[in-house]
Amino acid sequence: MRTPSPHRLRKNLTRAILFVIAAVFAIIFLLPTILTISNSFMTATEITANYGKIFQNVSGGSKKFISETVNLKFIPDRVSFSQYATVLIKSPAYLLKFWNSVILVVPIVIFQVLVASFAAYGFARYKGRLREIIFFSYIILMLMPYQVTLVPNYLVSKWLHILDTRWAIILTGIFSPLSVFILTKYMRRIPVSYVEAAKLDGANEWQIFTKLFFPLSGGVLYSVAILVFIDYWNMVEQPIVLLSDSELHPLSVFLSKINSGEVGLAFAVATIYMIPTLLMFLHGEEHLVEGITYSGGIKG
Amino acid sequence: MKRLSLRGLKKPRPDPADEQISPMRRLFHRSPLSARERRIKHASAAFLAPSIAGTLLFFGMPFVVVIYYALVDNPISHNFVFLNNFIALLNNTAFRLAAKNTAMFSVVAVPLAVVLSLLLAMLLDSRIPLASQFRTFFLSPMMVPVASVVLIFQVIFHFNGALNALLARFGLAPIDWLKSEYNRYVVMILFLWKNLGYNMILFMAALSNIPAEILEVSTIEGCGALRKFFAIKLRYLSSTILFVAILSLINSFKVFREVYLLTGDYPYDGLYLLQHFMNNTFKSLDYQRLSAAAILMALVMIIIIGVLFLIESYYGRDVEG
Repeated sequence: MRTPSPHRLRKNLTRAILFVIAAVFAIIFLLPTILTISNSFMTATEITANYGKIFQNVSGGSKKFISETVNLKFIPDRVSFSQYATVLIKSPAYLLKFWNSVILVVPIVIFQVLVASFAAYGFARYKGRLREIIFFSYIILMLMPYQVTLVPNYLVSKWLHILDTRWAIILTGIFSPLSVFILTKYMRRIPVSYVEAAKLDGANEWQIFTKLFFPLSGGVLYSVAILVFIDYWNMVEQPIVLLSDSELHPLSVFLSKINSGEVGLAFAVATIYMIPTLLMFLHGEEHLVEGITYSGGIKG
Repeated sequence: MKRLSLRGLKKPRPDPADEQISPMRRLFHRSPLSARERRIKHASAAFLAPSIAGTLLFFGMPFVVVIYYALVDNPISHNFVFLNNFIALLNNTAFRLAAKNTAMFSVVAVPLAVVLSLLLAMLLDSRIPLASQFRTFFLSPMMVPVASVVLIFQVIFHFNGALNALLARFGLAPIDWLKSEYNRYVVMILFLWKNLGYNMILFMAALSNIPAEILEVSTIEGCGALRKFFAIKLRYLSSTILFVAILSLINSFKVFREVYLLTGDYPYDGLYLLQHFMNNTFKSLDYQRLSAAAILMALVMIIIIGVLFLIESYYGRDVEG
């Protein structure tokens, strides 16, 4: 009676195997994150010793396989903050670019979520033929690759004389349709009975929005904000096309250019750059999942 | 408070109009509005105004201009040439190479992204320990800045990189991963690594929404795991599969970011993507070709999405997901 049945045993074995598979995948998925963080604590000499071979003969383009290869290391010989010191104190260029990222991304996130929550309320509150058609064109727009919307964005920035200014990126970013879509999907699930009750209490449309729909969507608003933030925090194409002045470029673009010269710094800068995303993630992962849950399924 | 209200929200609110009239009919069917409905309609339209105005200004209007550009010979003389720009584009060897490569990449990458993320979701759904930690780990690639992803992929896949060092230890010949046919696989791995986590969460959410009673009944009736998957779960997942497929399609275009940073303006032939073509055309300011390519891409996307919708509505016809 006490010995586990063969059925039970087999079930536990399967679970153990599945656990191992999941663990292997998890390690592969975590690898680049861990590498970035751990390598940021190495000294410049150690980084050059480990990876220098790759970035030295980049220009030569020789296809010769030299016997010394890179030395992929997870644990630094000696934990050092010298890279961080360089980034934070000696070269203000990085901080300047970080600030560039902040002033581009923060307004986009705030205003995109705000404008989108208004629009979502409009789509959720009433379903008419015209509104369905408009909503469907938002979906189509959302699905367009960036290279398609890039041409219109460029043209309109030129007409409005905001090309090569931050406004070109901020204004086009605010009206990106993804958050309208997710928020509409969510707000359409808010029961009509809530609205009826609010109406009985004498609430007008503005009050229904601010006192009912907006607070009820809190988690989803947060998850949309995280998604928009991640998307724009890592933008590369938009600044390259819309901002010719590289002084204004965000760190995400600048980071991609320091690869060849200062590899050591790149890890420290990348780690610093990851911190805001990491904080949002750790704080809001549950919300993120929640927001995704209600956006599943594209129709409706 | 939040948990409570969410439980109440699980089911979409029933719309009486949904029950009798088909979606197609509903689209063309106009019933007279009551005064109350009309008031709601007008009041809530004001909420839509900022978004619609901005979208029209930044996307709608300029896109009309793009269509116009695609139909004229040059921006100065404005002679209508109708489809000539499109024909020239289709005869352009660079465009054809780019279109072929992009299509080949998406055709392989999108199904892989759907199937693998569904498998991962089922893996985490099978009550293994630490499942929620694993979920966080699988999402972690979303945080890593593009540039450091590229840096690390270089360290691993460079000709003198870590992977070749590993191969050498086993006595295998080194492979130039980034500058040969193999770079397609590297980019594929990069794409999957980046996107599987998010897709997986979508599937986990959908899996947890399958009514437990149906699965219990099927177990009692002696239904095997495979049968359960194909006859029940897949039906309920169909709308999520569609969503994940479309999302992966969009993201398969976004992989250009990494390809561009890995290989520059003119990569090895196998990785010359439509976005390279667009970028290079953009630099040479050839608006006609650029507009024609944008419209062609938009049309192809609309057709693909339409087909996916049709497939989904056929398979998911008798479940309300």
